Amino acid sequence: MILLDVLAKMFTKESVSSKDIARERLRLVLVHDRSSVSPNFLNALKEDLIKVIREYMDIDEESLSVHLENEENSVALVANIPVKGFKRVANDVEVQA
Amino acid sequence: MKGRALVITSGKGGVGKTTTTANLGTALAMMGKKIVLVDSDIGLRNLDVVMGLENRIVFDIVDVVNGNCKLKQALIKDKRFEGLFLLPAAQTKDKTAVTPHQMKNLVNELRKDFDFVLVDCPAGIEQGFKNAISGADHAIVVATPEVSSVRDADRIIGLLEAAGLNGPQLLVNRLRGKMVKKGDMMNIEDIVDILSIDLLGVVPEDESIVVSTNRGEPVVIETTSRAGAAYRRIARRITGEEVPILSLDESNNFVDRFKKILKLAR
Repeated sequence: MILLDVLAKMFTKESVSSKDIARERLRLVLVHDRSSVSPNFLNALKEDLIKVIREYMDIDEESLSVHLENEENSVALVANIPVKGFKRVANDVEVQA
Repeated sequence: MKGRALVITSGKGGVGKTTTTANLGTALAMMGKKIVLVDSDIGLRNLDVVMGLENRIVFDIVDVVNGNCKLKQALIKDKRFEGLFLLPAAQTKDKTAVTPHQMKNLVNELRKDFDFVLVDCPAGIEQGFKNAISGADHAIVVATPEVSSVRDADRIIGLLEAAGLNGPQLLVNRLRGKMVKKGDMMNIEDIVDILSIDLLGVVPEDESIVVSTNRGEPVVIETTSRAGAAYRRIARRITGEEVPILSLDESNNFVDRFKKILKLAR
């Protein structure tokens, strides 16, 4: 049994050390933990997003959704923001500058 | 005299909060400071046995809060060091027997007579935790190099900051140099990087902790113990002395030292 282990180690060459696995798992779990620590977190983010985007376009604030999606080895911030129309200024940026 | 109140906390149980409280307190007392250790783990008191003072308890923290005795009557004087005292937790009550407000008043009262008030926090994030941190002006977060412990430490750091206890410092406990070297245990950089807080110190895994706890003697008394030496260095750091953090690869055994010399010669 021990001999088998040794042989297995020699031939498969564990390329990723277990501490790196621990680190990566921690990083991911903490992204999630930290965002769920305060339920206000996503709401605050959502409000700030609305503030910025409203400068450029008309959006449907009611049906806007912002959430975190947990993929196998990454976490993504997914925002679904229905656009009702663009403001004229958005096209005039160069003229203004 | 207006002493500093430090809370030793972790979230997860079994990572060494009580051992750390006992040893830092003893080390500070060895430096001539006046120290009181407060066991805030009501219902599961342990600091008394780790300190070897369990046979001398007459009154406890709940007696003080309820006015059954004077604060001074409940303080147990350590038999080894002048200026080292313990305020034991109650064993029969539960954590709701004391409120955060009462705890704060108690700690403020103790500050008047001591250089440092060290509060040993219970595991968890409920009332016991809230009590323990309520009188403190600084927190030491103890974590071992494991996923579960670091995760809980992260949660605790968030709660401490939400409670206005800013700038908590990290004490990494039970680090195994050999495993770190093999890449089988997270190193200090990994943990500090993930938690992004200041590092107060590192205590290596050390069997002498078990032996000294068996005897009810803090390991800092042992001059040969590596963990004891680490705690003594941390205590000096707490008083504001600049003490470099020892390299983790630092191994005290002869073969390793010999190898190092060979490497240097090459």
